[in-house]
Amino acid sequence: MMRDFANWALETAKLRGASYADARVMDIRLRDLSTKNGHVGTLAESESFGIGVRVIAHGSWGFASTDRLTREGIAACAAQAVGIAKASALAKRHDVEMVQVEAYQDTWQNPYVKDPFRIPIERQLDLLLAADKEMSRVKGVTLTESSMTFRRIEQFFASSIGSAIHQVKMQSGAGIVATTFAGNEIQKRSYPNSFGGQHMLAGYELVESLDLVGHAPRVAEEAVALHSAAQAPAGTKTLILDSSQLGLQIHESIGHPIELDRVLGMEANFAGMSFLTLEKLGKLRYGSDIVNVVADARLEHGSGLGTFGYDDEGVPAQCTPIISDGLFTGYLSNRETAVTIGLKNSGGTMRTESWNRLPIIRMTNISILPGAWRYEDMIADTDDAVLMETNRSWSIDDKRYHFQFSTEIAWEIKGGKKTRMLKNPSYSGITTEFWNSCDAICSREHWTLWGTPNCGKGQPMQTMGTGHGASPARFRNIKLGAAFAKS
Amino acid sequence: MLSEAEMRRIAGKIFKFSDADETEVEIGVVSDALTRFANNTIHQNVAEQVLNVSVRTVLDGRTARATTNKTDDESLRRVVATSKTLARSQPRNPDLLPMPGPQKYGKVSRYFENTAYATPADRARAVARVAEMAEKNKQTAAGVFSTGVTQSAIANTRGLFASHRQTRAEFSITILEPDSSGWAKANSPDLSSLDPIALARSASEKSAASRKPTAAAPGRWTVILEPSAVLDLVGFLFYDFAGTSVSDQRSCFNKRMGKKILGENITLHDDVFHPLQSGAPYDGEGVPRQKILLVDKGVPKNLVYSRATARKMKAKPTGHGFSLPNDMGEAPMNLVFGGGNSSVDEMVRSTDRGILVTRVWYIRDVDPYEKVLTGMTRDGTFLVQDGKVAGGIRNFRFNQGILEMLSNVEMLGPSVRASGEESFEMVVPPMKVRNFNFSEVTKF
Repeated sequence: MMRDFANWALETAKLRGASYADARVMDIRLRDLSTKNGHVGTLAESESFGIGVRVIAHGSWGFASTDRLTREGIAACAAQAVGIAKASALAKRHDVEMVQVEAYQDTWQNPYVKDPFRIPIERQLDLLLAADKEMSRVKGVTLTESSMTFRRIEQFFASSIGSAIHQVKMQSGAGIVATTFAGNEIQKRSYPNSFGGQHMLAGYELVESLDLVGHAPRVAEEAVALHSAAQAPAGTKTLILDSSQLGLQIHESIGHPIELDRVLGMEANFAGMSFLTLEKLGKLRYGSDIVNVVADARLEHGSGLGTFGYDDEGVPAQCTPIISDGLFTGYLSNRETAVTIGLKNSGGTMRTESWNRLPIIRMTNISILPGAWRYEDMIADTDDAVLMETNRSWSIDDKRYHFQFSTEIAWEIKGGKKTRMLKNPSYSGITTEFWNSCDAICSREHWTLWGTPNCGKGQPMQTMGTGHGASPARFRNIKLGAAFAKS
Repeated sequence: MLSEAEMRRIAGKIFKFSDADETEVEIGVVSDALTRFANNTIHQNVAEQVLNVSVRTVLDGRTARATTNKTDDESLRRVVATSKTLARSQPRNPDLLPMPGPQKYGKVSRYFENTAYATPADRARAVARVAEMAEKNKQTAAGVFSTGVTQSAIANTRGLFASHRQTRAEFSITILEPDSSGWAKANSPDLSSLDPIALARSASEKSAASRKPTAAAPGRWTVILEPSAVLDLVGFLFYDFAGTSVSDQRSCFNKRMGKKILGENITLHDDVFHPLQSGAPYDGEGVPRQKILLVDKGVPKNLVYSRATARKMKAKPTGHGFSLPNDMGEAPMNLVFGGGNSSVDEMVRSTDRGILVTRVWYIRDVDPYEKVLTGMTRDGTFLVQDGKVAGGIRNFRFNQGILEMLSNVEMLGPSVRASGEESFEMVVPPMKVRNFNFSEVTKF
């Protein structure tokens, strides 16, 4: 049925004069559960089924989408896409060009063990309520929250060059949060990460592996203890980031600036541009010699939110070296932008949130490769530093130079030992200065492929999940404390 | 788009398919189109048609929601069954209220035929004109021009029915030069009230005026915030006015209600009926929205409440609840700040040394109780010296408490419907503020 829908769209687009067309039929199912203060908060399921048709006509792009999945509805949608493309041509400067891609006929599905939609909701709620209860037992906790999110995306892609690709992605995520209000301060701790916890292309086995109930007491106790912790220091110091915060640091200060649509000005009005102008490719020392970053959508990198078989313009998943021994070596590209910078092939990073959104360049799994340090050895090797864990606040300028992050908790490192807890930690800096200050990255055993489920980009806005593999790392001479400085 | 009769027919089918104790149906229809341009040419041009049917059932004090965009009978039966399955699978909620019965609503008129029927060619011609202007000025234009219609209805088995339709038009533009940029944006239910050329001209002038930016030192500055900048800062307060937010002890107004914590010149309402506002006159349960005085001369006076939150906090529902079930409760979605009589030009003339800010960007909470926000200035940041705009400066990072900011407002301009990128549209004035904390500066 999905194949028929896509083919009907391609037929109409061709008849209406499109020189190229592709169609994505997507059937998306969501389940959201949450608890708050021991009660069920959200309990909802949704399904969304429709088609998006992208065409080139008169040398310009057009896109239309519909959930009227009749022959007439799809034909009208494809005709509308061609009409829009012809209108685009009223304000065009040159014809769209794209690099070649082979026609693929294939199917792909991420592996998972337990279908989360087949797990009884009672069981899922019981787990969340148990974790919620464990947090609320801790005196001083004023708000307890827990959540699970599951998403199944079945999609069929067909293009006028002959591709026909069927993919199924199963995504799971879960997390807990304890919040405390005391005096004039709100503190919180999240597990295993902020943004609703950990998210991967996986089944319910991911949720079970997190042991939310087991971690709940510690999370709550830390949220309470933060009120009596010392204020994190301000000044220039050595900084150690846990792997989840380093994952977000990668997302904001590497993942976004390497998007070629940003570099070429296509996002200038909204998400912004990038300091990574084209002449910097192959020349810029992005980081220190030990920094190696890849954009890897292949399953062998891990089953992350940026993992797939093919991107949403039919290009196979691949690994692109982004930073190689500290040198800037690659962008995130698609078939169109690859032409602009003289690449022979697309980097395969076109992704869409849903059938009613145009695919745009998105991060896949943007990961820093593991280093050689054991975590314990890195701490022992550090004389005076602040260790920051779990993101609380994040902000970066529209060219991705200047950033400021704060985390939920920090720990003082003195004489090679983790000592007292610190509250309200923050750090800030300039992207390339920061990555060039990296002098230690922990090894594979400490490396986690984190999921960021809420990356917003594009107009109309699209929310996309991205993956970020990281292990804890150390950075020298970093400015700390600007967010909380009293001036 | 659907007629009211068609929406009633879908709701009637759902009621027929449901044997739950109570059933509620929400119907949402979107027909939206957006033309996106960059480098003086259209690079994305999209349209979407979406119809969602969302069903909430109640069974023995338990409720849950299921949503579909498939409207054949089998799918509608399935969405009812899914909602019931979800509802059954949870503990009983003793605080769940019966659904409300029929209500009376105030009138709003926010549908304009010219906007509903705007074509891709209409948008493309406007883009071609601004691109031509940019090229003539040796500048580069990027932006969006979008138009659309949304339609919604809510009905329940206690006889409540409410529907709303409105149009939306938006034009946003960034004008770029090698070392500077300028930005302008407007949004209205009525396409004819947007003037893309005037917005493009404003962005162009800002870009030209901010060429060769110098670096001003971080520190405490007097700032003149244009309405978009004000919007994106004060917009972060909206959920703090939710009864649930105070009840959960995560609002900055927790333990501060009734105390004078803002300047005498700050008064704030939530008012869906304000002529510059948009949206439906009812909330997620179909309860009529009321105009609420949130802040009176610097004193936070009232919160907004859903029905459940109102009962819990011994208050009256205000018609601001979200669709159930949810854990957020409610929020004011139609903020209207009281303004003043000072124009931005007058604010500049009255300033010996300060910063004029066009817009702010990537704003995040740093300290949720003191409401300290961080973010960047963007697309038109200027040094003001001796009562004049002296030139462009590099963009700043700020770490600023919003309660403190609203205690330091020296001048207010007339309130306008402002558009930004961090908050939804609100009615806010430009402001001149003393002691605004710029903590660091970036490289451009």
